[in-house]
Amino acid sequence: MKRRWLGYAVLVLVAALYIYPFLIQLATAFKTDADATANPLLPWPQQWSFSVFKTLAEQDFPRWAANSVFVSVTITVGRVVFDSLAGYALARLRFRGRHAIFGAVVAVIAVPSVVLLIPKFLVLNQLGMYDSYSGMIIPLLVDGAGVFIMKQFFETVPVSVEEAARIDGAGPLRTFWSVVLPMSKPALITVTILSFQGSWNELPHYIVSRQDPALNTLTSGVASLVSGELGQGNQFPLKLAAALLMTVPVAVVYFVFSRRFTQGTYEGVDK
Amino acid sequence: MSTLLTIPPAPGTAPPRGTRGRRPLRREGRAGWLFLTPTLVVLGLFMVLPILMALWVSVSDWTGNGSPFSSRVTFVGGDNYAALLTEPGLTRQNFATSVRNNGYFVLFVVPLQTAFALFLALVLHKKKLKGRQFFRTAFYFPTVTSSVAISVVFLFLFSSTGTVNAALKLFGVDGPSWFADPRGIFHLALGDPANPPSALAGHGFLGLSWWDWLAGPSVAMCSIIVLVIWTSTGGFMLMFYAALQNLPPSVDEAALIDGATAWQRFRRVTLPQLRPTLFLVLTLGLIGTWQVFDQVYVLSRGNPANTTLTPAYLSYSTSFIGHQWGQGAAIAFLLFLVIVAFTLVQRWALRERR
Repeated sequence: MKRRWLGYAVLVLVAALYIYPFLIQLATAFKTDADATANPLLPWPQQWSFSVFKTLAEQDFPRWAANSVFVSVTITVGRVVFDSLAGYALARLRFRGRHAIFGAVVAVIAVPSVVLLIPKFLVLNQLGMYDSYSGMIIPLLVDGAGVFIMKQFFETVPVSVEEAARIDGAGPLRTFWSVVLPMSKPALITVTILSFQGSWNELPHYIVSRQDPALNTLTSGVASLVSGELGQGNQFPLKLAAALLMTVPVAVVYFVFSRRFTQGTYEGVDK
Repeated sequence: MSTLLTIPPAPGTAPPRGTRGRRPLRREGRAGWLFLTPTLVVLGLFMVLPILMALWVSVSDWTGNGSPFSSRVTFVGGDNYAALLTEPGLTRQNFATSVRNNGYFVLFVVPLQTAFALFLALVLHKKKLKGRQFFRTAFYFPTVTSSVAISVVFLFLFSSTGTVNAALKLFGVDGPSWFADPRGIFHLALGDPANPPSALAGHGFLGLSWWDWLAGPSVAMCSIIVLVIWTSTGGFMLMFYAALQNLPPSVDEAALIDGATAWQRFRRVTLPQLRPTLFLVLTLGLIGTWQVFDQVYVLSRGNPANTTLTPAYLSYSTSFIGHQWGQGAAIAFLLFLVIVAFTLVQRWALRERR
């Protein structure tokens, strides 16, 4: 009995450590600069202030948000389509070189992404795609991990279903589109969520694929808002409000699908 | 795999291909390549080609103007690598500093986040726990949140008038000005002596004195260490948790009947069964922590006094700010080697002992 209380005490303490920073963030976004500096521990404002939201709306923030929405939605759609096509080919279609390609996809997943930063810029620059939406979007349209997830899933779909379609004369594309895909909702939702979250939160790629301020996404824009000031800068309410707003879409997705995040993502990872 | 062919062909014999099977097979082949085309184009153009191109740039003197394949760009052999590793100078010293910083970062983050994640997973795994989903959701939330947004929050928490220092003041402690403090914590533990022992200060490696190598992470780096542990523990906790759920309860019960204490059961029964997950968590941790970039970019840009400089950020700043593209690409490849080497060493250290 005593042990159980100890367990709860530990969990509540850790949960406080995890939730309190977000409460501070939420409260500070509605504080005045002076209030934020004077009462950094208080999870509510002494006097409510909405001025930073007005400032953000008048500056480049809406532009960054629009860019983020456009880029992330495009990448998410691309990944869902291309990852599932590739995953299906690797799981089910018989052709020479399939295993080699799957090996190559796995190898690509293993390459550390930060190592590719400078190299990616070099290629974008060479292809004339630097500083454009296409340069920000196309390199992220396919991700190896998504292909892997889709392949794993398609292998669990019973073959008999496809056999039946094939006997009815359906070709691979038709079988894929009207028979297999409708059965694949769980995997498709997982890839959709992971793709959206991944592209919404992506920072390094948007740093090396553009320099035009008009192409800033929320991540690169908010980073430019705060960086280089070594924690000495003021305007904390403004910065925290910007960070708060950029967290909202992912937070909504997370709380709606939280079971899928906390159960689906890692199950079977270690098998 | 096994679901693919209903009858696996015997080794040495060609799979049976009747006249009926051939046409669909050819059609499948064509469809297969068609389905894979977008993936192959994107991964080829933006994963494989960049590596080859960067390999060329790392042995060239390209300065960022025009194409690296133009005739004005010349082959310089291993000069860029030499500047980083053998030639005395600021370049080598900066690179050594970044490796030291990131080394301490890995040394602190990987064991701590693994231990915390395992600990939280064990607590959550307890039977009859109420509110399990709530705790899981809370601990995992930072993992799905943008690293930029989290960094901004920590910028405030760890600012000199921020939440952490206000909390420390409640206990009568005067907190440091975190992101501006370049002093290494090992030096601080020794009282930050003005005259370090000459045996250490006079000699060095890669242009950095042994005294500097042994500084430990700076106070500024410590706040980034706290940030990253706080952010990534939740994800690893879920991996341990999923693994614990999959363990057969009978083994633990058998040990309980045999009179094993809780610690004995954890150490001798649970932990050995978690070895594959432990291996996964440590590998992902090592790979991830050697790549730390976002937090450095947002919070410190390598400052103060280069003590939060990491190879990933140095590779970026050398190229984009210093226009030394050859050196920047060379750093990226050296970082790649470091990651591969550490993964192999760790694989060897955690191998199954028979």
